[in-house]
Amino acid sequence: MTTARMMQPGAEAAQAYGSSLGGGQTANLGDILERVLDKGLVIAGDIQVNLLDIELLTIKLRLVIASLDTAREVGIDWWERDPWLSAKAFDRAADGRDLERENQQLRERVKELESGRSNREIPRTGRKSRGT
Amino acid sequence: MEPNGIWVYAITERVDLTPVAQIRGVGGRQVRTVAAAGLTAVVEDVGLAEFGEEALRRNLEDLNWLEATARAHHEVIDAVAQQGPLVPMRLATVYSGDAPIATMLTERGADFRSALRRIRGRVEWGVKAYADRQPEASGDSAVTAGASRPGSGAGAAYLQRRRNQLTAQKNARRETLASADIIHAELSRYAAETRVHTPQAPQLTGIKAPMILNAAYLLDSARGEDFAAAVAALADQHPGLRLELTGPWPPYSFAGTGGEGGLT
Repeated sequence: MTTARMMQPGAEAAQAYGSSLGGGQTANLGDILERVLDKGLVIAGDIQVNLLDIELLTIKLRLVIASLDTAREVGIDWWERDPWLSAKAFDRAADGRDLERENQQLRERVKELESGRSNREIPRTGRKSRGT
Repeated sequence: MEPNGIWVYAITERVDLTPVAQIRGVGGRQVRTVAAAGLTAVVEDVGLAEFGEEALRRNLEDLNWLEATARAHHEVIDAVAQQGPLVPMRLATVYSGDAPIATMLTERGADFRSALRRIRGRVEWGVKAYADRQPEASGDSAVTAGASRPGSGAGAAYLQRRRNQLTAQKNARRETLASADIIHAELSRYAAETRVHTPQAPQLTGIKAPMILNAAYLLDSARGEDFAAAVAALADQHPGLRLELTGPWPPYSFAGTGGEGGLT
């Protein structure tokens, strides 16, 4: 019931990174994005860029991740349990900012994402034909 | 173009810019440093037409721009990390001048120093596990007897088959997730610290099989080979999973200074 396709992890590592010591070009984009968008140190205050924009982008990437049928299939809910996305993290991100605007933007993004995968199992309210 | 923003890559103790000189940063310029309080910020002057708040809001939505910028950001951090411990900054940390950066280094100096101590001599490795199985096929072999049961029509046989399929899938899922836990526990023994990240989407990885483990391990530099061997051994023990090892990375996942909370 399972396929036994395997990689040589050592070889993979050498390939994925060995040549990137001076370049970084061969490192997987997903890995890089995950790290530079989501993992580096965040300094609040006194910077030019509104942190919220970055937060929203990473949330968007996470929504793509979380919306996967395949991930749900194996019962992954790390996304929901991720402290980064917990209420506290949200509070911190929105601290002193316009929460209303954030919510609005988030809703728009969710809508965008959902419309992009409309053939999946998103429960859609049956569209009533209106009158005649 | 008149740069009036300063992009920060990383905080380190000291850095020799010579090996980094041929690298162009996110804005195409050479990186330079801002030093204060015994710490050094690796920075680049960037124009606000591209890296100001308004521009960034647009540009971050452009995947090509994002990719080029993310790679450039990473490339500088990666090169500087070859020289010693550093705290990588999140993408798009842009200051308005050297003075506020110096202030930041001074005010948070103790935090940075403790983070650098934690990271010194260590690198980050990433391990991902994919569930390389075919759900459609699972359960089939266990069922085909359905039609032989007396009195059961095609419908009942179908239901039985379907039920067996679902059970088999559920068991496979449970097994797969348990394997991921075992792998993570085993690999954690090598690490000073670990972080479990959200699994990545196939759109990002280009791999169809669902990712069920995406973890980062902070290892002493010398343990890389042992760790790779452990990953290889675990791959042998869990033939239903495909393991992928990446690294060594600069310690992005462990940039928080002091415990889980970080500096924010």
